[in-house]
Amino acid sequence: MSTSLSHHATAHAHADAEAHGDMKSYFIGFVLSLALTAASFGTVMSPIVPHAWRLGSIVALCVAQLLVQLSYFLHLGTAKSQAQNTAIFVCTGFLIAVVVAGSLWVMHNADVNMMPDSMSVQAALHHV
Amino acid sequence: MSSTTLSMTPDHATHDHASHDASSTTKLGFWVYVMSDCLIFAVLFATFGVLAGNTANGPAGHDIFSLPYVATETMLLLLSSFTFGAGMLSARSGRRAPVLGWLIVTLLLGATFVGMEIHEFAALIHDGTGPDVSAFLSAYFTLVGTHGLHVSLGILWLGVMLHQIYHYGLDEVVMRRLSCLSLFWHFLDLVWICVFTFVYLREFV
Repeated sequence: MSTSLSHHATAHAHADAEAHGDMKSYFIGFVLSLALTAASFGTVMSPIVPHAWRLGSIVALCVAQLLVQLSYFLHLGTAKSQAQNTAIFVCTGFLIAVVVAGSLWVMHNADVNMMPDSMSVQAALHHV
Repeated sequence: MSSTTLSMTPDHATHDHASHDASSTTKLGFWVYVMSDCLIFAVLFATFGVLAGNTANGPAGHDIFSLPYVATETMLLLLSSFTFGAGMLSARSGRRAPVLGWLIVTLLLGATFVGMEIHEFAALIHDGTGPDVSAFLSAYFTLVGTHGLHVSLGILWLGVMLHQIYHYGLDEVVMRRLSCLSLFWHFLDLVWICVFTFVYLREFV
């Protein structure tokens, strides 16, 4: 009886730690975030990384830090208690991707196909 | 005795289950709110992304931003996310004094962050680079200002929670509200990661 009780308590504590985290997981998340932030600023502020690679590097570091904070601070994951939150988050992520990528793509095309400033309306009409 | 215990147990269990359900429904609902807030920021980021190059002969980002200043703001917010997490752990173990301590530190870090942002905005406007100068600056002030407004509201909420913890203790209702605020606070740190990457660092690439 007592074994089953203590087993139950341990299982509960374990599920609790999974859903809310413990000091160790917060600390790991904090240290990882600190390192990723330092790497992001270092990429841009120091001459080590070539200019062509910088944008890709900071975007990758940003995504990495988002994932670190989502799992260590917000405790998103595949645990049963978090599955619903994670599913909603994935749907939101999809919507964000559509809105952001779609806006940038459409407006970039509009920009490229826009009449150049140097050309007057009359000249553009003759040009066609 | 044994029969009393037996008859008590199912009743207690049902009650416990029901209240746990109410609490997790609230947290799920709040998560849906946070996700819809996420969409607001997504739209503001998309707008900023489209307008970032339209400086209308005004200054570009790398002329007016200071990276060490932004790095300091980032540290404040990251540290406040950690202290809030530590406060939540103390709250779950039911110790009121450390909770108050961690949350006061969180509040001070958040307030310093907002103070730095107000100072940055005031200096920009004073130097003639306010939101009316170009589409880039309009989008910048809207995006970063919306985030700052969220942090300010978070600080107000944190103040209310400090008062409730002090007066009512860590009862079920207070814990539920504290969990929602915790989601909100960590979410603001996530948004800031995107702000410092796409608004500030990208300008210096």
